[in-house]
Amino acid sequence: MPRPGFVLEVDRATPPTLFWHGESFRLERLPRGSRILYPPEPLNAIEDVRGAIEAALDHPVGEAQPLSSLLNPNMSLTIAFDDVSLPLPQMTAPDIRSLVIEAVLERAAEAGVTDVVLIAALALHRRMTESELRHALGNRVYNALAPRGQLTQHDAEDKQNMTVVGETDRGELVELNRRAVESDLLVYVNINLVSMDGGHKSVATGLASYDSIKFHHNVDTMVHSRSFMDRHNSELHSSNWRMGHVIKDAGVKIFQIETTLNTATFPESFRFLSRREWEWNLRDRASFIAASEALKKTPPHLARQIFQSVRSPYGVTGITAGEVEAVHERTLERVYQQQLVRVDGQSDILTLGLPFIGPYNVNSIMNPILVYCLGLGYLFNMYRNKPLVRKGGVVILSHPTRPEFDPAFHPSYVDFFDQVLTETTDPLVIESKYEESFARDPWYIHLYRTGNAYHGVHPFYMWYWGAHALDHLGGVIILGGDPKATRRLGFQSASTMADALEMARSIVGSDPSITHLHSPPLVMADVY
Amino acid sequence: MKALVISRSPARFLTARILKDRLTDKAIESGPLSLKDVDTPKPPTTEWVRVRPLLSGICGSDISTVFFQSSRYFEALTSLPFTPGHEIVGERLDRPGERVVVEPALTCAIRGLEPCRFCALGQTQLCESTTIGDLKEGIQLGYCASTGGGWSNEFIAHERALHVIPDELSLEDAVMVEPLACAVHVSLRPTRRQGHLAIIGAGTVGLATLAASTRLGDYDSITVVAKHPLQRQFAKELGASTVLYPDELLGAARRLHASQRVGHYVSNGFDTVIDAVGSTSSIESAIATVRPGGEVIVAGMPPRQSLDLAPLWHREIQLKGAYAYGEEDLDPAVAQRIGLPLQVGQRPRTFTIALHLAGQLQLGRLVTHRYRLGEYVPALRKAYHGGREDAIKVVFDLTKRKSVHDA
Repeated sequence: MPRPGFVLEVDRATPPTLFWHGESFRLERLPRGSRILYPPEPLNAIEDVRGAIEAALDHPVGEAQPLSSLLNPNMSLTIAFDDVSLPLPQMTAPDIRSLVIEAVLERAAEAGVTDVVLIAALALHRRMTESELRHALGNRVYNALAPRGQLTQHDAEDKQNMTVVGETDRGELVELNRRAVESDLLVYVNINLVSMDGGHKSVATGLASYDSIKFHHNVDTMVHSRSFMDRHNSELHSSNWRMGHVIKDAGVKIFQIETTLNTATFPESFRFLSRREWEWNLRDRASFIAASEALKKTPPHLARQIFQSVRSPYGVTGITAGEVEAVHERTLERVYQQQLVRVDGQSDILTLGLPFIGPYNVNSIMNPILVYCLGLGYLFNMYRNKPLVRKGGVVILSHPTRPEFDPAFHPSYVDFFDQVLTETTDPLVIESKYEESFARDPWYIHLYRTGNAYHGVHPFYMWYWGAHALDHLGGVIILGGDPKATRRLGFQSASTMADALEMARSIVGSDPSITHLHSPPLVMADVY
Repeated sequence: MKALVISRSPARFLTARILKDRLTDKAIESGPLSLKDVDTPKPPTTEWVRVRPLLSGICGSDISTVFFQSSRYFEALTSLPFTPGHEIVGERLDRPGERVVVEPALTCAIRGLEPCRFCALGQTQLCESTTIGDLKEGIQLGYCASTGGGWSNEFIAHERALHVIPDELSLEDAVMVEPLACAVHVSLRPTRRQGHLAIIGAGTVGLATLAASTRLGDYDSITVVAKHPLQRQFAKELGASTVLYPDELLGAARRLHASQRVGHYVSNGFDTVIDAVGSTSSIESAIATVRPGGEVIVAGMPPRQSLDLAPLWHREIQLKGAYAYGEEDLDPAVAQRIGLPLQVGQRPRTFTIALHLAGQLQLGRLVTHRYRLGEYVPALRKAYHGGREDAIKVVFDLTKRKSVHDA
């Protein structure tokens, strides 16, 4: 029986706490009385995944019919799937998407469906590479469809293959991939790693254009998403849900298949990363020391390669298919069951150790803007009810924050860092003054469409992702962060935890309460 | 009298060059420059007067000479031994209290010669007579054995080279008039002073050029490349639209027109780039970031170097030098805008424009450090390290000396 997550209060006997620090780790002693929020242990995984998939397809939830009854030889079928930003790190083969898509394709073949197209639902993310597609879909699916042009990647800038589905009652444009919405059936295959994923967001964002996405990917929406991990209190999701209703009303038939994973994030060789420090045995200690010492002597680019090759032994905890909203409610239940931990009260200071990977640097560099987004976007928002840190409090992020960028994946990030952040870090000013020019920049569009570049507007979204945190916090300190890059982000850097806490005390007072979010593995705080 | 003198000594020149980065003080002490007791230069004609320097700046070209970094091209155009210093505000000894700035170019008129074809056209910066006439070789006062220079207690200057400064102009603003005149000339070198301008370098030349370009140009934007905090602060104060680090310029050039970028190639860029550094990397950066058919103005004195000129050839870029001062083609509308009275068809002297702008721009704020003559080692070290040590313009302050023998 997996143990639930819990909140540890640091006392004299508490061993140093493991902090992620990019492609390395730090052991930090937190002051007595600090709280450490540990994630629940991984839930038991489904043993017969293929059987669970078949059952989900046969017994859909909500107002939906079994998949087989929706298929016929004369139909057009589109299968859209989540891209390389999920899960993190990539899971050991077979990826759950490949199993689900194989099952859907087998049923389509049995029904005589020949007009089948797969679409990677990129939204404004970068195109996946062949090896990433092979990993997500499996060689069998890839080899069957890619040579025939039946495996495509969503292109939000291909205006000829986009179509306006309608507008919400608030004037939000819904412009989606034409093939997807004009098909007789759109099957969406998702991986719901965190509670932000899935639901109407899958299609309304994943297959949309910039002109459509901008209605919810903006500063105002993000500041009013508290948090964007809590779908029922997230303006981001409310907007996507409104769009989802427009899509449904327009007659687009969607068969949603959502999957959830447990938090078995690290392979056996990195087992110590998932265990509580006082439970480390001799082997865990030896592994930690060996890994830490080796990483100290490894150049950053090699360390990056090593970590990016990690595959997570995630177990599947659930598969649900059917009508979007009914499916998603069940998905959320399972995600919360795995990740949610009750926490009583906010603290003055929240500490976060940032790992080597976030959704947008798979097989790439975590540049300073992605550090910001991972810390103040994703991890800060891993809460329900109230943030873990009080209004006016301080977040301490641990990450080297080197000013390094991947020119192929993140070309507009370089310019955003050099030209936008030198002028201002205010999300509203950034949005009004610079977004349009980056979003419409033909060179960025060219690189997004033909290379493996994130869309020109993407670094703006990263900045907006942290807008709620910026609005809420009194200060941000990056522990071990490159001083110049940290300053550019508008934050302070500290070389030791003691220094960071001292700097934080100057903002929140001399006797602060401290909470550390011990993640990953993923944990979400239910703060009362 | 006391004067700093550069002497002919190959061994000392080499020592300065070798030690300059690791042992800067030693390089200066063992180099060609030394503090000496010398005779006051003798005026060649009655048109020459004795001048007592009050403030005398250290220019980038002086630093290049002291550390033996300058091109050997100049060897024939100077006469050793000489006293450096050509950025000078001083006092005429024959008219006590009258403060003057010196226009140091040693042209035909100064050398007692009939004007060469360039001087006749007012292009005195191109004068052909820098090695003949009443004086020994030297392109400027401060590089000529016959005149002395500003790093001393006294030198001589032709009356025509002296510009009386108004009482309200501070000494600091006045010592910046010569660099400002250079900057005015640089600012007026681009054929088209519109569109997007980039200035690489934010030392004295870069910042003064920025200040001048804000008044004399009509640019949509002026981007300045500055490495150091004080340089960046001054660049913003003086009107830069954007201040960048060197490695950010290529991206900024691309963003101007949302152009293509592959590796180090961008398909479009700044209309004009002014290089105020003169290094290989700065000139190559200028060529890489200017638009096809654009102009690169070389304002910083470049040493001998190896450049990749393929982009210059491929993109039909014009590379133009900008040296010193003469007469300028100033658009009457621009003259009116800056409040400079101009008669129809008149070509004002660069120094006239600089003197007019000096009070408005107040570049005296760029004078960050002052030293006495005897403190020439720390002074030159500070000037050599420049922005790294929060220095922009370093000057010798001779206002407090009690006699010509003081240092």
